[in-house]
Amino acid sequence: MIAAGAGGAAPGAGMAQGGTVLELRDLHVRIVSRQGTVRAVDGVSFDVAAGEALGLVGESGSGKSMTLRAVLGVLPPEARVTSGEILLDGVNLVTRPQSELNRIRGRKMSMIFQEPMSALNPVMRVGWQIAEGPQVQLGFSRARAAERALELMRRVGIPDPERRFRAYPHEFSGGMRQRVMIAIALSCDPEIILCDEPTTALDVTIQDQILRLLARLCRESGVSLVFVTHDLPVVAQICQRVAVMYGAQLVESGAVADVLLNPWHPYTRGLVRSAPDFDYVRESLVPIPGAPPSLINPPPGCRFHPRCEFAEEDCRVSETPLRLLPGGRATACLHYERCMDAAAADRAARA
Amino acid sequence: MSAIPLTPEPGLPGAVPPSAAAPGARAERREGQRVRRWYNQPALMIGIGITAIFLAAAIAGPLISPYDPNAQNLNATLLGPSAHHLLGTDQLGRDVFTRLLYGTRLDLRIAFIAVLFPFTLGITLGSLAGYFGGWVDTVVMRVVDVVVAFPFYVLLIALVFVLGPGERSIYIAITLVGWVSYARIIRGEILVAKRQDYILAAQSGGLGSARIMRRHLLPNVITQAIIYSMSDIVQDIVAIVTLGYFGLGVPPPTADLGSMINDGQNFLSTHWQLTTFPGLVVVLVGLGLSLIGDGLADILRPGQA
Repeated sequence: MIAAGAGGAAPGAGMAQGGTVLELRDLHVRIVSRQGTVRAVDGVSFDVAAGEALGLVGESGSGKSMTLRAVLGVLPPEARVTSGEILLDGVNLVTRPQSELNRIRGRKMSMIFQEPMSALNPVMRVGWQIAEGPQVQLGFSRARAAERALELMRRVGIPDPERRFRAYPHEFSGGMRQRVMIAIALSCDPEIILCDEPTTALDVTIQDQILRLLARLCRESGVSLVFVTHDLPVVAQICQRVAVMYGAQLVESGAVADVLLNPWHPYTRGLVRSAPDFDYVRESLVPIPGAPPSLINPPPGCRFHPRCEFAEEDCRVSETPLRLLPGGRATACLHYERCMDAAAADRAARA
Repeated sequence: MSAIPLTPEPGLPGAVPPSAAAPGARAERREGQRVRRWYNQPALMIGIGITAIFLAAAIAGPLISPYDPNAQNLNATLLGPSAHHLLGTDQLGRDVFTRLLYGTRLDLRIAFIAVLFPFTLGITLGSLAGYFGGWVDTVVMRVVDVVVAFPFYVLLIALVFVLGPGERSIYIAITLVGWVSYARIIRGEILVAKRQDYILAAQSGGLGSARIMRRHLLPNVITQAIIYSMSDIVQDIVAIVTLGYFGLGVPPPTADLGSMINDGQNFLSTHWQLTTFPGLVVVLVGLGLSLIGDGLADILRPGQA
């Protein structure tokens, strides 16, 4: 469930089975730079239920990756969580010491990175990279951890695992490397896996294989996913719910089909219209005019208003918290009805 | 879908090699070059050859020469080269060739052992400084600055002078003076490496700092320190010989290249072989190890086209 507004609790009506695994409450991340303080994440709240895949979409610099790194507690040294809560199984990670985080990371949550080449240690055999988690986190012996690594390599579809165990990352293709990353992420049976654009660096056919693999593994093991991407078709393929980020804030959220087919925020509509080969748009690609907002001096009011074709006077002045709407959806747009109409018109034009 | 375009648009998978495959292909190519190149490098092979000859001579010294390096024979002093004494004898009638073998043996042994201590200490402190930054970095690097402020040999000789002559003093002095170079190299490398995704991935996996440094950072950065250690050994050999020359090395009568040069100096005009050959050994060993260092740098340094 996506919570509405700053610090607001999400009222029930969860669509996925099971309880909440990860819960973000009004998370703020600031980066101190020479040019000023960057509001990298500005009041983001969302929940991820057990077994659910949440897509977190937005353009580069919208704060998606920073949100993930804040959850894992691996922010760059200049960045800091200034307020808000990150609850994993009800435990607030923000206030926990590193030693405790080290036991949670890997064991309860893990991460898959965008570039499988740079995210694998170039001088360590892949088998041992997969076995490292069980060895350190679960106290497996060397032999048992190696056994576990072989089993995982089989599960993620790496052919001939006994031989590939002793290979180095540079001996693998891009798709195989990402399978290794997935095996590492699964190695300690986490409750939630954070994916930072795991398929962006792969070509399209491999991308599809990897997505299918991820979807299958999550179904089998009931692990939750937070899937960061700017690729809407990927979200449609793998996620049940989607949250859209713009200018370090959430602007819309809801079930994937609802949001992508019938966006209630002009930015989401812009994203959908600028995405190629999504059914809804066909040949009519429409770019979003303008550039993303500065996160040092964000525009007042709605952060999207300088680029928004529906912007009114009130968009320039009043704050736009995420408002909960019927159907488990939420939007930050003050005039989302107009966006609804425009989306309907888009659909009509297509048909 | 109607017509299949004959020339793929840029950006389509067919037009350019997929970005994910490119780094791998490059790595494999470099790997291939590495295999082809290491024995095709004349400098490296000559270096290995020279070093191997002297190492073999040093190790097998007692087998090669029938003489005791310290046995004096005052009836046969300052003899010229002959079949019995290949390089003649010195002012105490000791066989110069034998002393050369034993001196090389001793000095190489001390140099190879001595390089290990600064290597270990420097890498440890450099890793800590680079990985943790902050006050650890400040403290370590200020100490480095202090040590670097003194010329290497001056500080080394002063330290051995204070500690008293002997092998142990040499080890301590070389460690105290030599670690700073390793610390600087490793710190710099770690500052770059710790920003890599695989370190972020290791941190995300909940690994402790010690394990990340030992298992993930060090194996990726230690190459530079190994390359440097080759030239460091050369520096250490010269230092040991220098100390021996000043009488601060291993005490006499033990054969040592430095003290041999010093002893022979008095007879330089009549018996040049007494100083020249120990000096030549130092030069050639230094040359051999330097060539190895350069060759290793060419092979191991990443990004060499």
